[in-house]
Amino acid sequence: MNLLRFIEFLRRHLKTVVRLSLAVLALLVVADAVPALVDKHHAHTKLEHLPGFWAAFGFVACVVIVMVSKAFGHAGIMTREDYYDE
Amino acid sequence: MSDLSAIFGLLNADLSVAALGFWLHPAVILLVGAVLLPLVPARLRQVWMVLVPVLTFARILGMSKATFGEVQFLQFTLTFGRVDALSLVFAYIMGLMCILGTLYGLHVKRAVETTAAWIYVAGSLGAIFAGDLITLFLFWEVMALSSVFLIWFRGREESLAAGYRYLLVHMAGGVALLAGIMLHYRATGSMAFVGFDVAHPSTASYLIMVGFLLNAAVPPFHAWLPDAYGEATFNGSVFLCAFTTKTAVYALIRGFAGMEILVVLGVIMALYGVVYAVLENDSRRLLAYHIVSQVGYMVAGVGLGTELAINGACAHAFAHILYKGLLFMGCGSVLFMTGKSKFTELGGLYQKMPWTFLFTLVGGLSISAFPLFSGFVSKSMIVQAGFEDHKLWMAFLLMLASAGTFLHTGLKVPYFIWFGKNHCSKETWERAAEPTWNMMAAMALTAFLCIFIGCYTPYLYQMLPFPVEYHPYTSYHVSETLQILLFTALGFFLLLKKLTPEAKISFDLDWIYRKGGRAFLWLAKKPVQMLDTGVGELYRVAGLIPLMVSARLSAVFDNRVIDGAVDGLASTIRSLGNRLRGAQRGALQENLTMAFGVAAVLVLLFVWMF
Repeated sequence: MNLLRFIEFLRRHLKTVVRLSLAVLALLVVADAVPALVDKHHAHTKLEHLPGFWAAFGFVACVVIVMVSKAFGHAGIMTREDYYDE
Repeated sequence: MSDLSAIFGLLNADLSVAALGFWLHPAVILLVGAVLLPLVPARLRQVWMVLVPVLTFARILGMSKATFGEVQFLQFTLTFGRVDALSLVFAYIMGLMCILGTLYGLHVKRAVETTAAWIYVAGSLGAIFAGDLITLFLFWEVMALSSVFLIWFRGREESLAAGYRYLLVHMAGGVALLAGIMLHYRATGSMAFVGFDVAHPSTASYLIMVGFLLNAAVPPFHAWLPDAYGEATFNGSVFLCAFTTKTAVYALIRGFAGMEILVVLGVIMALYGVVYAVLENDSRRLLAYHIVSQVGYMVAGVGLGTELAINGACAHAFAHILYKGLLFMGCGSVLFMTGKSKFTELGGLYQKMPWTFLFTLVGGLSISAFPLFSGFVSKSMIVQAGFEDHKLWMAFLLMLASAGTFLHTGLKVPYFIWFGKNHCSKETWERAAEPTWNMMAAMALTAFLCIFIGCYTPYLYQMLPFPVEYHPYTSYHVSETLQILLFTALGFFLLLKKLTPEAKISFDLDWIYRKGGRAFLWLAKKPVQMLDTGVGELYRVAGLIPLMVSARLSAVFDNRVIDGAVDGLASTIRSLGNRLRGAQRGALQENLTMAFGVAAVLVLLFVWMF
């Protein structure tokens, strides 16, 4: 099965994959700062003109969602699995 | 030329057929097909299961825009066929999903499972083409009553209970809807299903809206959804996730476009689903919470009510049905093959089910609105409409929710099932393998459609009710989306430890009726017990009086008569309940499905004739 071999190839070279991914992240932010590449004509607010605004938004959003939800869950919303069983 | 059109006219030419006073409702094809299915010989059954949905879809494709199937019933005019741009786009995707869902369950031996699913789809199509509130209500109830079997057929004790809860909640919603329709008729004298006065909503329109909101799973009326969809059969959830909520979105667009409160409710929904998805340990319940989240975008779009927002709501419903169907197919395959759906009982399955992983990943990328996948061209229309309407809070909160969507459906689901720590028991691991050819084919087709919609926008955009002047592939939009999503992914891998699923369940608002039902039972039981002990106590006190004979007689009376009556009644009910429960797993359910299908056909025939 070729797909499986491909996945295992990626897993064997995990370090390279991670480095490449980080490079893509950095490139995204750089490209966002170059007006010739990303036309900010379509931006809706002033904030969005900051280079990498959405990158920061995405990262902070992720952290906030995880932290807030987990705090909410551990404040008594999560319970044992057989709670509703007789 | 006219000869040719006459030949194709069987399915295609509405005008000539309508002139003869006959108009074929696509739901009729499905209903008749559903009732006949168990009678079809086993070796032809799969042919029938492909043929009927394809014919239904072909019929939908051949419909021309006008009003058909008007029937006088008492003093009302029932309209079975209001065919316009809005109903057509929804009917199109429902018909398409019926083909894909049936293909996915093609190998299921028990024919009535497909019968129930088809009646359910027919209910959805009937509601979508309904031009008046009576017809809408009729098909609305058909949907609720047929879809519950998709939960019951799982046959577990939990699914039986979840099914009853599902039915109970939907009956309550149906009552609200019916009460609203009655009040609306008394106030206006009209049964037409058109836009309600959203600027000055009456009690009647609020009641109708509650009926719609319940089916759209808007909090606080949402808890039935994860409860039921997590408990349904592996392919039942594929049907369930498409039809109920999206038919409700259609009804909201038709009735309540521009209703401000829906914007607020939609945003709450979008975030609510995300929060619960973090806590969820069952993959299919996680996907169910993300239905709540995604339908939130559509509800918010309906609330905005601008042309762009309504187009966005329709486009997102269309895209959503496909990618959510695909996600439920992926997790359903894991459930079907291994019998497990909890993250804490799975992991590392990429070695056994790599293609299922890939298809599920396509669904995950589509729901997360990755460029070149379907969500990218649909979800952003709603967010854009929010920005254009100067509702910045709405647009930014929806962006926040879309980061959460990728976090869970795009990352958490694939990671903790196919990678991560391997929690599979020996038995689970041995059972794990790629599913049957038809399940793979259904997933491949759906995955193709998700990518096709994302790459070739005119396919979807040309079907939308208003002309589209929206271009998703601007450099800014692509850059914005990629930044949000990929930096969310960075956060995911950094917080991986925190995100490890826990073998817990979360309280949701279903607690109220799950525990409320018990309080009711307790109330019913306690007075009976008190009466029993009270009478016993009385005799004991009476026994102290030296009238031993009468006391002994009383004791006998107590033991034999009162205890006998109370306990006897209780044990009779219990044994009846047990017998019913046993039967429910087997023939009784099948008989009920069939009886229900036949009844639906008879009612339609009756309405047609008079």
